[in-house]
Amino acid sequence: MGNKRRQWFYYTLFLVVGLAFVVRLFSIQVLDDRYKSLSKDNFLKKVIQFPPRGLIYDRNGKLMVFNDATYDLMVVPRQVKDLDTAEFCRLLKITPETFIKKMKKCSVNPYRSSVFEKQISALTYAGFQEHLFEFQGFYMEIRTDRRYKGKSAAHVLGSIGEVNDKIIEKSNGYYRQGEYTGISGIERSYEEVLRGTKGVKNIIVDVRNRTVGPYFEGAYDTAAIAGKSIYTTLDADLQAYGEALMGGKIGSVVAIEPATGEILALISSPSYDPNLLIGRQRGNNFIKLMHDPLKPLFNRPLSAPYPPGSIFKAISSLIAQQEGVLAPGTMYPCGAGYKVGSHRVKCSHVHPSPLDLRGALTQSCNPYFCYVFRSIVDQRKFSTFEESYNNWHDHLESFGIGVHLGIDLYGEAKGILKKSDYYNRLYGKGAWKGSTIISVAIGQGELGVTPLQMANVMAIIANRGYYVTPHVLRYVDSAGLQVPKFEKRFCSVDPKYFPIVVEGMADVVKKGTARVAQIDSVEVCGKTGTAQNPHGKDHSIFFAFAPKDNPQIAIAVVVENSGYGSQWAAPIASLMIERYLFPEREQRRKYLEDRMLNADLINQKSGNEQVSH
Amino acid sequence: MNKYRTNETFETGGLDWGTIFLFIGMVLFGWVAIYSAVYNPDNASIFDLSQNYGRQMMFIVVSIVVAASILIIDAKFYPAFAFGFYGLAIFLCIAVIFIGAETKGAKSWFAIGGFKFQPVELAKYATALSLAKYLSAYDVSFKNLKVKLISFGIILLPLLLVLLQNDTGSALVFLAFFLVLYREGLPTWIIAMAFCLALLFVLTLVLDDPDILIYSLLGLGALAAIGLRKSRSTLLVAIAVTVVSIGAIKSVDFVFNEVLQEHQRARINVLFGKGGDDYNVRQSKIAIGSGGLFGQGFLNGTQTRYDYVPEQSTDFIYCTIGEEYGFVGSAGVVAMFVLLMIRLVRIAERQKNRFSRIYAYSVACILFVHFTINIGMTIGLMPVIGIPLPFFSYGGSSLLGFTVLLFTLLKLDANRVNEMQSLHD
Repeated sequence: MGNKRRQWFYYTLFLVVGLAFVVRLFSIQVLDDRYKSLSKDNFLKKVIQFPPRGLIYDRNGKLMVFNDATYDLMVVPRQVKDLDTAEFCRLLKITPETFIKKMKKCSVNPYRSSVFEKQISALTYAGFQEHLFEFQGFYMEIRTDRRYKGKSAAHVLGSIGEVNDKIIEKSNGYYRQGEYTGISGIERSYEEVLRGTKGVKNIIVDVRNRTVGPYFEGAYDTAAIAGKSIYTTLDADLQAYGEALMGGKIGSVVAIEPATGEILALISSPSYDPNLLIGRQRGNNFIKLMHDPLKPLFNRPLSAPYPPGSIFKAISSLIAQQEGVLAPGTMYPCGAGYKVGSHRVKCSHVHPSPLDLRGALTQSCNPYFCYVFRSIVDQRKFSTFEESYNNWHDHLESFGIGVHLGIDLYGEAKGILKKSDYYNRLYGKGAWKGSTIISVAIGQGELGVTPLQMANVMAIIANRGYYVTPHVLRYVDSAGLQVPKFEKRFCSVDPKYFPIVVEGMADVVKKGTARVAQIDSVEVCGKTGTAQNPHGKDHSIFFAFAPKDNPQIAIAVVVENSGYGSQWAAPIASLMIERYLFPEREQRRKYLEDRMLNADLINQKSGNEQVSH
Repeated sequence: MNKYRTNETFETGGLDWGTIFLFIGMVLFGWVAIYSAVYNPDNASIFDLSQNYGRQMMFIVVSIVVAASILIIDAKFYPAFAFGFYGLAIFLCIAVIFIGAETKGAKSWFAIGGFKFQPVELAKYATALSLAKYLSAYDVSFKNLKVKLISFGIILLPLLLVLLQNDTGSALVFLAFFLVLYREGLPTWIIAMAFCLALLFVLTLVLDDPDILIYSLLGLGALAAIGLRKSRSTLLVAIAVTVVSIGAIKSVDFVFNEVLQEHQRARINVLFGKGGDDYNVRQSKIAIGSGGLFGQGFLNGTQTRYDYVPEQSTDFIYCTIGEEYGFVGSAGVVAMFVLLMIRLVRIAERQKNRFSRIYAYSVACILFVHFTINIGMTIGLMPVIGIPLPFFSYGGSSLLGFTVLLFTLLKLDANRVNEMQSLHD
């Protein structure tokens, strides 16, 4: 019968389908290795083990920043069963509406765990933990958050915060959503030292995201390595004392150990309690601080340029000597002032005239330094005034003015020091000369120096000719870590020209404008500044170093819009120097200390009392 | 016995042991896979009746007893009771629509006490017997149009009832009987047309712009018309084919959107990579794909062990084999099926009466449809259609059903020399 041949149709059909399957199997099982990793993605959960962050100590080993455990409440929505929502909300202190909103957000991927509530306080945690077993599908994850021992040094220490997309992208996959990183201060500069190394635990999970057990008995797990602790150069006591003295005042204090460039105190006032920028309230508090009209987040000592005022005279004296246009015995008259066109630069107070260099420094004689400035910038050896100006400009840069010093903190400003082409644009090439920019001679006009730069200039004078890049890292508590070397840089003035300036500055405190800064048994060298500015009263500025021989501390203090340098800045500097040099000494100038501590210049409560200097 | 040809006694009792070995191999391999799929270290005893593998072991024992019984029962029993079974099956298929238990939207189960029974398994068996019985009658010739229509009726009645149970997968299995009819004289062009229409359906769904198909068909039709213009009848056929094809393409949208149900549309869309929730197919492919050449080994399949594969002891049992035994194991299963089906066709062809032959073809074709749809689904070549993999998938109804199908054939085969030769067709 003819149909018998049709059996071949069946054989063919079976073989074709069978062969098609085998080809397909070969392609997905043998040729395509994508499925192996896809299968791993399913069951292998990499649980990151967060290392404890390194602690931060001050220069004497006093703890400043430490860790505290906080708890994130996690949820796997698919595992949630028979939840007593009312009880849950009560214990967690949230409203049912919030619960519904959060649950919805977490349910985007119901099999994966998501953060339900971040950074639960220890108190809420304690109450909640007891009942956690009743809430199927929820569990707690420990995270570390920062705590600050005191309320000071917020700007130096900085804070940590959740990484944003930009940071994640830049980190080449190191950070993941929800992790923390240093946002400012030391936390940011030394993030890589402090953060340690994350560990990974490989865990097998089933389709409902329940843990089944370790993958290969943990053979591929890596342990977390704790972050290294950092010893900063700060003196926590000095920092706190300085902040107290600066209370109620707007301004900055920078104190440096001259020989090493180590920053002993870096104060921006008004500041804020660093404990505000932790935990759940971080975001709210940050916004509040950002909108505060007194700008507590603004890091003044690093970022705010001030006219240096009279303290600039010390630098002029050094440059002029180096240029050979000034000798200790050079005399200039004061009485009639320094005439610029119809205007005369005069002294703000009466003193004998004429004066030599040391005397002029002591009396802070304005006309004297106008002559000195003119002698520097009007030198015959330069064919044009511009060339001569540039020479002066380069000297200043070697003192760290108008340049980044390279401190190991973010946010450092260059300050203001104009190049000659600025004046060329302003007045036309060749159409400006010494008298045009004479205000610069007395530290006014187109000059802006940050408190950090001021303190650094003081360190140069204390060191008689050099500075070490100012920095806040003293050492890292570990061997084998690359700690940046901080460079020693010489300025353009020969050390031999320094002693006369140092003597002048010693006289300022002994018998000049800053007698208020005198300290028992220590010779303090200083220079007051009273910088005029368009924002109101003069800035009270003082910078100093002590002791005169073998200086231990160089300091710059700026109190904005408060009056003479001797009125606020000098007492504060003096008190801080004394505290640093004699931490154990009982303060005998109680009246001065109290006046500084209690003066609220911001609200003008006691700041009106005028003190003669 | 041996009424007619005493000299052929050497052929009697000739059980086809090759088929029996394949059967045993598949059932045991299936059981091992089920063990893996539901294994958990707390209940590792293979006889634990609370676990699928324990129950499957019981079903296997029951199946072997039933298989033995079938071999003992007289072969004449099956043609004699064919229509009786058919009537019972139709009755149960109707009854289940009203009093059946609902599982995943299908009303296709009777739940009696702790046991569940699926009448479609009986319907497959009864339809195979009845079709064989009807077509093997002395006065029936398949060339007769009336005979063709009655045959179609025998197939379509249970098919429609199963569709009414909302068990589309099982209903598709009845299409296997049309394949059987091809051997009995169904014209080639009907089968060819069915294949072509299926191809057109797939192409229309796959292509973004199905009009291209229409234009190319019109072009082909025009070419054919020019080439065949001398023979009027073939020319007419060519024109008819073109018109029917274009009509079919035009109706695809209608069938797809109006006839198919929502989840069926979704599954077809997933198959052609047109979006939708492909979780099941993706996990199934991951399981099989991660098996590699030799597999992860017994109890080492992570997709299986940690429940990423859905329905893994029933419809997706093939994933466990793919994952734990790799290409070698899964291609081995394909080979076993192809061998079994070829063997069944060979058995069919050596039958001396039409009843046994048609029945044998029915068994081969039913296995073929299950095999194609089930494995095709797990490796992403077919849409997700929930029918079991014969002998492998967990389930008493299914295992018992296939055992009965197969051993009835073995009994008929063993008995072939005792049968009076039927009229040649």
